[in-house]
Amino acid sequence: MTDFAIDTIPVAQRPPRRDIGIKKRYAAEARFKAYGIAAIVFGLVFLAIMLVSIATKGYTAFWQTNITMPVTFDAAVLDPQNKRDSDPSVLIKANYDKLAQAALATKLGISPDDKPSMTKLKGILSDSARIQLRDALTANPALMGQTVEVAMLASANIDSAFKGQVDLTVPEARRKVKDQQITWMNQLAQDGTLAEKFNTGLFTYGASSRPETSGIGVAIVGSLMMMAIVLVLALLIGVAASIYLEEFAAKNRITDLIEVNINNLAAVPSIVFGLLGLSVFINFLGMPRSAALVGGITLSLMTLPTIIIATRAAIAAVPPSIRQAALGLGASKMQMVFHHVLPLAMPGILTGTIIGLARALGETAPLLLIGMVAFVANYPSTPLDPSTALPVQIYMWANEAERAFVERMSGAIIILLVFLMAMNITAIILRRKFERRW
Amino acid sequence: MSGFLTFLLLLAIGIAAFIIGRMRALATNTGQGKAHSRPNYHGAWAMLCALLPALLLFAVYEIGATAYINRDIASQVAQLGAGQGNANPEVTTSLIKSLASGLSKLDPAQATNPPQTMAELIPVLAAKGVTLATDTKDFMIPIAVNANATFSRIAWIGGILSLVLAAAGAVFGLSQIALRSRARNKVERVMLGALFTASTLAIVTTIGIVLSMLFQTITFFGDISPLNFFFGTVWDPRFAAAGSGGSEGQFGLIPLLAGTLYIAFIALLVAVPVGLMAAVYMSEYASKAVRSVVKPALELLAGIPTIVYGIFALVTLGPWLRDLSAILYGGQPFIQAQSIFTAGLVMGVMLIPVVSSLSDDIITAVPQAMRDGSLGLGATRSETIKRVILPAALPGIVGAILLTASRAIGETMIVVLAAGVAANLTANPFEAMTTITVKIVNQLTGDLEFNSPQTLVAFALGLTLFFVTLLMNIAALTIVRKYREQYE
Repeated sequence: MTDFAIDTIPVAQRPPRRDIGIKKRYAAEARFKAYGIAAIVFGLVFLAIMLVSIATKGYTAFWQTNITMPVTFDAAVLDPQNKRDSDPSVLIKANYDKLAQAALATKLGISPDDKPSMTKLKGILSDSARIQLRDALTANPALMGQTVEVAMLASANIDSAFKGQVDLTVPEARRKVKDQQITWMNQLAQDGTLAEKFNTGLFTYGASSRPETSGIGVAIVGSLMMMAIVLVLALLIGVAASIYLEEFAAKNRITDLIEVNINNLAAVPSIVFGLLGLSVFINFLGMPRSAALVGGITLSLMTLPTIIIATRAAIAAVPPSIRQAALGLGASKMQMVFHHVLPLAMPGILTGTIIGLARALGETAPLLLIGMVAFVANYPSTPLDPSTALPVQIYMWANEAERAFVERMSGAIIILLVFLMAMNITAIILRRKFERRW
Repeated sequence: MSGFLTFLLLLAIGIAAFIIGRMRALATNTGQGKAHSRPNYHGAWAMLCALLPALLLFAVYEIGATAYINRDIASQVAQLGAGQGNANPEVTTSLIKSLASGLSKLDPAQATNPPQTMAELIPVLAAKGVTLATDTKDFMIPIAVNANATFSRIAWIGGILSLVLAAAGAVFGLSQIALRSRARNKVERVMLGALFTASTLAIVTTIGIVLSMLFQTITFFGDISPLNFFFGTVWDPRFAAAGSGGSEGQFGLIPLLAGTLYIAFIALLVAVPVGLMAAVYMSEYASKAVRSVVKPALELLAGIPTIVYGIFALVTLGPWLRDLSAILYGGQPFIQAQSIFTAGLVMGVMLIPVVSSLSDDIITAVPQAMRDGSLGLGATRSETIKRVILPAALPGIVGAILLTASRAIGETMIVVLAAGVAANLTANPFEAMTTITVKIVNQLTGDLEFNSPQTLVAFALGLTLFFVTLLMNIAALTIVRKYREQYE
């Protein structure tokens, strides 16, 4: 047979693989992906930290320390000359402070002659306690001479101390809350006299110099009034302008000018609208400062471009077949728009409006300039009365140094974010439910 | 006759015209021919004929009456001798006006013949719950009574005129009702006019913004020279309380402009890489599940009001960075609690969703064919993105960056709370600088006389800001339009 060596048969050899740097390129690919993930994680982590820090600072604002104890409406203190039947103002000007302190002294077992202790006692009850007692008595004059259980607010310092926000390692001379007051506070807490209740006052009070009696009630009413004005003005004018631009406008210079202006207005900083409101509405037209009407008109001018852009997109999305069918059946152009196109574009318009309203709700800068940074303690009864808005109230509380105001500010931010989230979720649900695929 | 009553009567005439018009239109449709318009249109045409001219006249009349009364009072005040309040005619005029409105709340007999001295008048007004400024003097009472009388006379005349015009319009509209009269066309033409007017509001707003700030700025440049304003390097307004002499301050724009641009630069330094990479990852790599979670989360970031960001920076981030820098530096913090770095960082995070959503639109607009071609030639995905897609999308991305920069420049609440009010000029990002928007807020929230330079400078700053952002937006639009590739 053959005896030549098999291993000498030449076989075609594959050339060695050229190094095209594939390992490096795959490594670069992995790095690139990692950068992308890192970017997203950075954003989300920042969001989480922000929300958590505000929530932890603010959730304590929803509970308020109250002191519930028996108070004797002693006629000898309130009306020593027995004039209350002839002169009702006696009851209004009476010394309710003394009553409250006497009740507290009795509860703690302190003699009223112990002057130093009575002085320290004054810091435990809120200054508003005397108003609460006065209101109770004027509502029910038969209480005179009786002993009833009354719930009064504790002072802001005691409230902060009870919630553990006061640093007790600081020497007593540099603290607002003294050790003796802390001891009394714990003593009252033990038998249930001092307890935390849900802070409905946060939602009903107006502005106040005392943290325990301040709330966002006026701010919420002001914001609601302004949102109503924005809804009416911006929606009507915005939809009217969009209909004209989408359906009726001829392609001429004026239409171009209008469109350029709307796109520019959408990008103008919000503070410029505040300057416009100050200069035109308050100075030139003489409208009252801090009025919800001026704020509402300014905010609707600001929201108008957003609504116009969203409405135009919604109207443009309605297919031409619907328009032509209406025209073919004899409708006029105006009838076609109002009876057929507009109802079909409504979900998109509503979504855009809700998103625009949510933006307007959170705006602060223009309202600062038209004077809504006012100390408003009473509810506004008309849109022309002075009022304030929720983000502006938050801004005003941010400028206060007391710890209780910081807590309330964070609580108000939580409420604002809840409102905004509710509006955004409503918009998303509406969009998903009513969106039609043509 | 009060204005409100006149308005209600006009509305009543309009509604009556509608109802009568509709009934007449129904009556004329006897079947002899085809009606051109439905009865509602006939009624609406009658109502429009009645209401539109009358309401226009009414509005013009009200504004004219107020202006006439103001001028009347001002001229009477000017005729007073010196020593009777002529020193400050504007204050005198406004005192007379508030006195007049207080008098109008009294009973008619008392209002036309009130006590002639303030001492007697004040308790009468207080009984009705009206309080007046203490500067109100006795000589103002007859002027106020006269003003009230003139106003009510003018109001009567104007009211009667408007009602007569409304009635005439209603009769005219009703007389035109016939079987073939083209009411629908006329009504629709009026509606078209209303739609057009609504859309011109955008132009009116822009003109209003520019004019309102322009007049105040021109007054400001009468006191302070424009060169000192635009090129001055010291910002020291030296507040003067209302009514006092008003000391000269220095109003230099440069420190504010430098602060604005520095903070915007740091914000973009944070927002652009993060936003761009997030957009690229979400459009190229992310699965549907990831995208459905991350996109709403980023929109949530966009929906948070800027004041929340500002408070977060003020209360949490600023002190934390200061303490961190103290630990790193061993004792002495080198990052101030309110610094450019803090404000820029927080603003950057606020702008991440803006950059991300704008870039996302642009990147998805690049056609799939280019991606497929690049991948087919053997490039990895990251190489495709870096060498094919991003260059193709570059004009759009540059436009997005410019739009984001204009938003950063116009941002107010974050810098008010996080950047401080010290008008420094420094290169150290860990110190505090202030911006144009902060100073606008500072100069306008305070007790300042309105025409003092300290207040008017806010309008000059606002006008500058408006034009800077306008230029950036126009630049963004032109770059996108000029360099965008058309891939069809």
